[in-house]
Amino acid sequence: MKKSQLVFLVILLFSLLVIPFWGSEYALDWTTKTMIYGIFALSLELLVGTTGLICFGQAAFFGIGAYAVVKISANQTTPETMYLLPISILMAGLYALFVGALSLRTKGVYFIMVTLAFAQMAYYVIHDTPIGGGTDGIYLYSKPTLLNWPISSSITFYLFTLSCLILVLGFLGLITHSRFGRALSGIRINEVRMRAIGFETYNYKLCAFVISGMIAGLAGYLFAVKDGYVNPELLSWHLSGSVLIMIILGGLGHLRGALIGAFSFALLEEFFRSEFIFGSFAKHWHLGLGISIILCVALLPRGLFGMPALIQTKFLGAKNPDDIEQAQDNN
Amino acid sequence: MDLSTFFIQILNSVQYGLLLFLVAAGLTLIFGIMGVINLAHGSFYMMGSYLAFALSPIVADSFGGGLISTLIIGVLIALVLGYILEWLFYSYLYERDHLQQVLMTYGLILVIEEIRSILVGDDVHGVPIPDWLSASIQLSEVMNYPVYRLFISGVCIILAIAMFFVLTKTKLGMMIRAGSVNREMIQSLGVNIQLLYRLVFATGIAIAAFAGMVAAPVSSVYPGMGQGVLIICFVIVVIGGIGSIRGAFIASLLIGFIDTFGKVLLPEVAGVLVYIFMAIILLYKPSGLFKAGS
Repeated sequence: MKKSQLVFLVILLFSLLVIPFWGSEYALDWTTKTMIYGIFALSLELLVGTTGLICFGQAAFFGIGAYAVVKISANQTTPETMYLLPISILMAGLYALFVGALSLRTKGVYFIMVTLAFAQMAYYVIHDTPIGGGTDGIYLYSKPTLLNWPISSSITFYLFTLSCLILVLGFLGLITHSRFGRALSGIRINEVRMRAIGFETYNYKLCAFVISGMIAGLAGYLFAVKDGYVNPELLSWHLSGSVLIMIILGGLGHLRGALIGAFSFALLEEFFRSEFIFGSFAKHWHLGLGISIILCVALLPRGLFGMPALIQTKFLGAKNPDDIEQAQDNN
Repeated sequence: MDLSTFFIQILNSVQYGLLLFLVAAGLTLIFGIMGVINLAHGSFYMMGSYLAFALSPIVADSFGGGLISTLIIGVLIALVLGYILEWLFYSYLYERDHLQQVLMTYGLILVIEEIRSILVGDDVHGVPIPDWLSASIQLSEVMNYPVYRLFISGVCIILAIAMFFVLTKTKLGMMIRAGSVNREMIQSLGVNIQLLYRLVFATGIAIAAFAGMVAAPVSSVYPGMGQGVLIICFVIVVIGGIGSIRGAFIASLLIGFIDTFGKVLLPEVAGVLVYIFMAIILLYKPSGLFKAGS
């Protein structure tokens, strides 16, 4: 592990462990939600940042994970995480297998549009058919326990989410440094060459797609259990768009970038929605958010993570940002 | 289903398909020629509908104009807006990769929706059908078909033919098609590619807005109406082949039929049918029915 990664992890862990003891109830809830978005963003980072597949339908897997836990636990008094969670993840993974198998036959822009269209398909199934309970959504009647131990209080659930986040981070870290992850990076950089040296790239991409869908399903599970409520908006393309913005905002190609992005996006949203700052105009918070998305993509193509390198090139006359980042990675 | 219902559904399918074609054609042209995925294209459809709602009383009060003059003024506004937006915003997207285009136009959607909310509010509005088009044709004792829907189909067909004519028979169309194949080459032949792009973009926006305007009386005007259209148009573009006007035309009609008949025959799964159709096409033709440039 590189020094900068270690420093990031220590800071992250420390600040996240401090919050439950000193933060207010609202801060705890907010951080839990943002950590869930962080897991969600990490799932997409594997596709976009590592493999170079731009999926615009990630919310479908998130939503399916969320709906799965609510539907399956509907008739149980004490649902158990140890089997609910795997089922949720499996459901999201199955849908990812279906979408991935079809959409990976296409490339580039087609892939973006097709993943979006399939996510919309899932949205309409949940929205229009009796399975999903329509626009109103469904309530989760009893919160799952972990090995018969209740984790429904906000602090225990916070810690549970934090451990999920760390597990996902570690898992993705292992993947990106494995032979499989190197192959995915290779596909991002030059897929034709990867095929030429004998990699069955379709299978690698499909595998990455399913893993990503499963992690998104995990995030959806956590979200449903945290709120105790699901509605079709969890599958909407706004959420797919938001999570893409998160990883761009943070900076593509780094797992840390996805987390930084999730937290800064949540802060940005909180800022534009605050009636304290904007008064009655706060209900038009999408305006500020939209403008900042445009500005952020235009001015920070490498995200917040690439900002130090950008400042160095712009103001200190250093070389190309790519070179600096390369140098940082080699340290 | 008896014969007159069947007949009405066929007319409805054609009308819906043609309307979708107007939006999808702009989307596929802008992508084929400029290489920009314009997620905000549906927002211009929505804008057209709101223009029809907001302009018609103004036009009627100021000089007693009806539907036609509202349409002309609305299209002119959309053209100017498209021209300005291309200059201010989209021209910066050509060099960027698809991901950044997606995100920036996504940001634009949020901005347009909020501006709409500030200017017009979030209420659902109806737009009246003008008197001279409000009649219905009696098909059987209980069934009749509104003339206005026939009017929509007619106008869309005229526009579609005009588009085919311009693209295949005129010099301008030749330049546009050449520009979609090789941008540098046409530039070095002395064509002002920047102006050409701006023109194509403004026209695409104006056509989408026009579609929204003619559709306003039958679909009513509501927030977020552009997004549903946008995603269906993505499906059309994927099925038809990106950049292909002919493909977009055929795919639009197919989607029109599938969606309309799906809602009548299988209302339970109607929302999903279109996507299932797309999945089947993708299995056999991963790059759409028609390749770009044809």
